[in-house]
Amino acid sequence: MTEFFDPLAWLILLPLFWASGAFLLGPTRGARLAIVGVAAQLWLAIDLAVKVGDGGTAIRHAVGGWGAPLGIDLIADGLAAAMLLLTHMVALPLLLYARGYFAADASVARYFWPLSGFLLAGLNALFLAADLFNLYVTLEIVGLAAVGLVAAGGNATQIAAGLRYLFATLIGSGMYLLGVALIYGAYGTVSIATLTPLINASAASAVWIAAALMLLGLMLKTALFPFHYWLPPAHGGAPAPVSALLSALVVKASFYLILRLWLGPFAPLTGTIAWLPALLGSAAILWGSWQAIRAVRLKMLVAYSTIAQLGYLFLIFPLLGPDGLALQAGGMQVVAHGLAKAAMFAAAGAMIHVTGRDAVADVAGVASRMPVSLFAFALAGVTLMGLPPSGGFLAKWLLIDAALTQGQWWLVAVIIAGGLLAAIYVFRVLRQAFLVPAQGERRHLSHRAPPLLEWTAFTLAAASVLLGLRGVDLLRLLAVGSGP
Amino acid sequence: MSTGLIFAGTGAILFAMGVAGVMLLAHLLRRILAFNLMGSGAFLILIGLAQRAGLVDPVPQAMVLTGIVVSVAATALALALTRRLHKLTGAYTLPATRDD
Repeated sequence: MTEFFDPLAWLILLPLFWASGAFLLGPTRGARLAIVGVAAQLWLAIDLAVKVGDGGTAIRHAVGGWGAPLGIDLIADGLAAAMLLLTHMVALPLLLYARGYFAADASVARYFWPLSGFLLAGLNALFLAADLFNLYVTLEIVGLAAVGLVAAGGNATQIAAGLRYLFATLIGSGMYLLGVALIYGAYGTVSIATLTPLINASAASAVWIAAALMLLGLMLKTALFPFHYWLPPAHGGAPAPVSALLSALVVKASFYLILRLWLGPFAPLTGTIAWLPALLGSAAILWGSWQAIRAVRLKMLVAYSTIAQLGYLFLIFPLLGPDGLALQAGGMQVVAHGLAKAAMFAAAGAMIHVTGRDAVADVAGVASRMPVSLFAFALAGVTLMGLPPSGGFLAKWLLIDAALTQGQWWLVAVIIAGGLLAAIYVFRVLRQAFLVPAQGERRHLSHRAPPLLEWTAFTLAAASVLLGLRGVDLLRLLAVGSGP
Repeated sequence: MSTGLIFAGTGAILFAMGVAGVMLLAHLLRRILAFNLMGSGAFLILIGLAQRAGLVDPVPQAMVLTGIVVSVAATALALALTRRLHKLTGAYTLPATRDD
């Protein structure tokens, strides 16, 4: 019976169950079901992370008792366990937040609960999948659920953003699928573990094309500069809980897959082009930060900041070495940015909820009315800027350390410049909120934010800062089973 | 040239046409059709390349069946969104973005 209670299978099954249940029960009871379900998943994810961390080896599960090559294998190593933990640490506060956020708007909530369940099921399956084709299927589940969430608001801007996102994500996964087809044609298998020893630098040109197609498709889905065009309208236009889920988790899923492929099967092919993602990442940091500094709308500022912060993730590729420093930096940045960006979108959503307007200029005078939300925004900003003791500081410190060890000075310059630019756009909002008094009739707005919105945002932001203090545990978890 | 390679070559051409269509066309229905062309191209390559010495390999056929289910779902979602957009704006093209 132990097989039946395997957390690996239940992490995928549970969200599918509650998503279907939430669809049938409607938004009110569906929300309760969803929150109970995600709480159970968080418990499973913590349990799994502890087991993987203490055991020091990856945990496997053969679905239905059928192992590879015929059946489907699920594997949880340190990186996968950390991603699962992050997903549920972000999802539980965000679902509580969404319950408060959608309290007055049942039409969006009707679709939000089931779709977020399917999104979580897809993410969990993606982190646990062990073969390239299942990864394609999970990528599509995540992509379609995310598009549904963006469009769930139902106004013309959101539908257009959803369609634009849909076409981008379909091209990305189409390129990925073509790569899988070429790999299967060359080797007759799609299992990552079987492929890794087979592929070497003298592989057929079809394999090189496959690797290029798959990595490019995934970069499009991760919104790496210059493929970022679809992200700001989708993340900036969606309701706040959706923006937070997408920015914190969905773009990380395709990055996770790039990292998996880069370290695993494609490791012999990628040695000479590792500077390319780092160059694009640097451009993303500078361009994204610049756009965030001049953004008019608050949520657009946060969305462009996501593009900049995703850039940091791609700086690690030329630095990946046997010391594992760069991989640790990447993992830490994924988790720190996930928590901080969820907090930032949640806090921005709470402020827009109260002021009723979405321009950066409209947060004027918010400091006295919503201190908790503003504090959450500032704490999340601390992580994005990379100030100690936040998780973002630890990530950037590890990254600089790795860059200095390998003599890549230009990367150090980019990292420091990125931190300063982040400070400019974060302080732009804080200055407006603290120093500029509210104008005219808006001074008398007595409307207060629901405490649920403010405190969930604060919890996420505090977690992103405190992560720096418990960073050692996360780094130990990331080290499990990540080497060849 | 074996049958498998002819399939794969045709698939590559269809895929390229599909990608170009999704990226360059303006009319949403055409873009959705182009996406389906792209998917069919990838499926043809998957089936074509997997034929070894005239023997049929069942695994890629199972994959293509799964892939067809996925692309039907994606097409349905795209059509539903297109209908909604047409109802709201009266147009079958995406409105220009506000860049702020």
